[in-house]
Amino acid sequence: MQHMSSGRLFLLAITMWLLGALNARANEAIDFRIGYLRLDEKRLALSVLDVPPRDDGIAGAKVAVNDNNTTGKFLNQNFILEEVKIAPEADPLPAANKLVDAGYSYLIVDLPAAMVLKIADAVRERHVLVFNAGATDDVLREEECRVNVFHTAPTRTMLADGLGQYLVWKQWRNWFLIRGSHEADKLWAEALRRAAKRFGAKIVEERVFEDTGGARRTDTGQVQIQRQMPVFTQGAADHDVVVAADESEVFATYLPYRTWVPRPVAGSAGLVPSSWHPAHEQWGATQIQNRFVKATGRRMQSKDMQAWTAVRIIGEAAQRTGSGDVQKIADYIKSPQFSLAAFKGQKVTFRTWNWQLRQPVLLSDARSVVSVSPQEGFLHQFSELDTLGIDQPETKCNLP
Amino acid sequence: MQFSPLFSGALALAVAATPAGAYKVYVSNEKDNTISVVDSEKMEVVKTIKVGQRPRGITVTKDGKYILLCASDDDTVEVIDAQTFEQVGTLPSGPDPELFILNPDGSKLYIANEDDNLITVVDMASKAVVAEVPVGVEPEGMGISPDGKTMVNTSETTNMAHFIDTASHEITHNVLVDSRPRFAEYKADGSEVWISAEIGGTVSVVDDKTRTIKKKITFEIPGLRAEAIQPVGVRITKDGKKAYVALGPANRVAVVNGETYEVEKYILVGQRVWQLAITPDEKMVISTNGVSNDITFIDIATDEAVKSLTVGGLPWGIVVAPN
Repeated sequence: MQHMSSGRLFLLAITMWLLGALNARANEAIDFRIGYLRLDEKRLALSVLDVPPRDDGIAGAKVAVNDNNTTGKFLNQNFILEEVKIAPEADPLPAANKLVDAGYSYLIVDLPAAMVLKIADAVRERHVLVFNAGATDDVLREEECRVNVFHTAPTRTMLADGLGQYLVWKQWRNWFLIRGSHEADKLWAEALRRAAKRFGAKIVEERVFEDTGGARRTDTGQVQIQRQMPVFTQGAADHDVVVAADESEVFATYLPYRTWVPRPVAGSAGLVPSSWHPAHEQWGATQIQNRFVKATGRRMQSKDMQAWTAVRIIGEAAQRTGSGDVQKIADYIKSPQFSLAAFKGQKVTFRTWNWQLRQPVLLSDARSVVSVSPQEGFLHQFSELDTLGIDQPETKCNLP
Repeated sequence: MQFSPLFSGALALAVAATPAGAYKVYVSNEKDNTISVVDSEKMEVVKTIKVGQRPRGITVTKDGKYILLCASDDDTVEVIDAQTFEQVGTLPSGPDPELFILNPDGSKLYIANEDDNLITVVDMASKAVVAEVPVGVEPEGMGISPDGKTMVNTSETTNMAHFIDTASHEITHNVLVDSRPRFAEYKADGSEVWISAEIGGTVSVVDDKTRTIKKKITFEIPGLRAEAIQPVGVRITKDGKKAYVALGPANRVAVVNGETYEVEKYILVGQRVWQLAITPDEKMVISTNGVSNDITFIDIATDEAVKSLTVGGLPWGIVVAPN
């Protein structure tokens, strides 16, 4: 009897302590831990101006964390960002698991498609949301789509369709397609071919520019290139525009002003489709650009925007739900209520069949934004943004 | 002596057709770096004033003597004499001022500094900054209660309306609204604040007593996609019975019943309609239509667009002189 009572007292004490702890917690800030995984590699480019900044992408995530925390101070929410770099040949799982073990429930990945899949599958049962802010591979949204991966990066087909719509609007319907010899170049060319077919353009000729190796830039400079590129483009069937597919930075930059016949260049050089541009200022973009420059000392690029968007999506869901529960955050992002303001003239939302972010595509040259797709007149029964990329009726993604 | 029915009818018609009093309307043209001065009766541009870089927010002092203008890219607020149209001074503004509001007695100017997440409070007599209030990301819309005791600021990326006590300069309430809130307008009786959300596509009516949303107004226009409906400027008549909401790229101004919150009409104006102003006699509401470079006069009695008038490049802000 005596024993029972002291046991009860103990239980009561435990209950009181738990209640107290819960009350205290209600006043404590909710932490949102975001891990950012990216490759530890040096990217090559034909023009030194096109070499990605060292903090490409992660810088956008940092600015968004600041934005979320400014809002968070009114809501007692706190966002924490941790960056991890992975060697190109390494297994990404130890790094990802380490973050998850340390309570990082949100992983932003700027990694090749295979690594994205490996991480997504490994953390699937661990209540972790993955945001793909880098890979443009359509396969990640189609055959290999995953229920726990949100894509803020546009796909190659979205980018190609954005460009294709403009070229057709411009009545440049005959395309001379030149593609690189690497796998990524082939995928990009495939997306451009698909765009031509969808919008009534014609690829009148296609050539492959083989990568024979060698340095991207040399001390002898442009002497040889000036002779090489006209010859390479000589004798092509009549075309309105040269469309280059060169993600690997082997030749596209050399095309403008060097083609055999005077024609504009688009695709990987000249008029380039992208999710963002350092000179984009419309729709309040000046504000995020100014904020970004102030924080980083450089201008904002596409990958910065894709990462900014991913962090802001988490912040938006946190703000709207007032919850730190990952499931509630995921449910909100997947609900019809979700949308985000992203300085592109209209709200961005997710395609519910594969969790790809719908977004306008900017078309720009090196200096300025030329146009924004979807172009006027490309209609869709649900959202004009779904005229960009693989649409629901054609999708190969079959999520539960 | 009696009037014939015909004569009295003609008299009534003549009274009804009496034009609105002539007011000076000031329109800031963001692209041209000018202000268009418009005669509200003739509905004509009477003067174009050269101003600083990227003019946006514009207002007039309570006595009508000075025009205040946010020259955003010059990081300054210009003070322009409303008689001579000469710039007579500047006010400290903090960087990139976009929108501002004078308090009811005209003694304080509250300026939204988008790049610094700050509200700058300027004392009009001493022309000095007396306070800076940290708010959410990208502060924009500015409203003030009729008693001057509460200032409401909207922050576009934080999606909140911040209620600020103008005595202590402290935020007392944060109300979460829809995406990208652009504008805050108090009813003249101080009972409600209407807050537009450009990307969310809604107007939230916030009860001033409880500081909670009592109604969310949505808009539907046949043949237009929801994404194109982007509410920005909001103006409410003094009796609180009618509100006008500029719907951005929907190219329309919505007429909303101020008591039932029902949308009663959509008036087609020009392209990308941004901001609105009501004449002091409440006969006209005027919209700035950015992309079509014009302003549209709407008759408040009939809610019909009366005339569109070309002003400068990308008209942005608009204010009507009080006298």
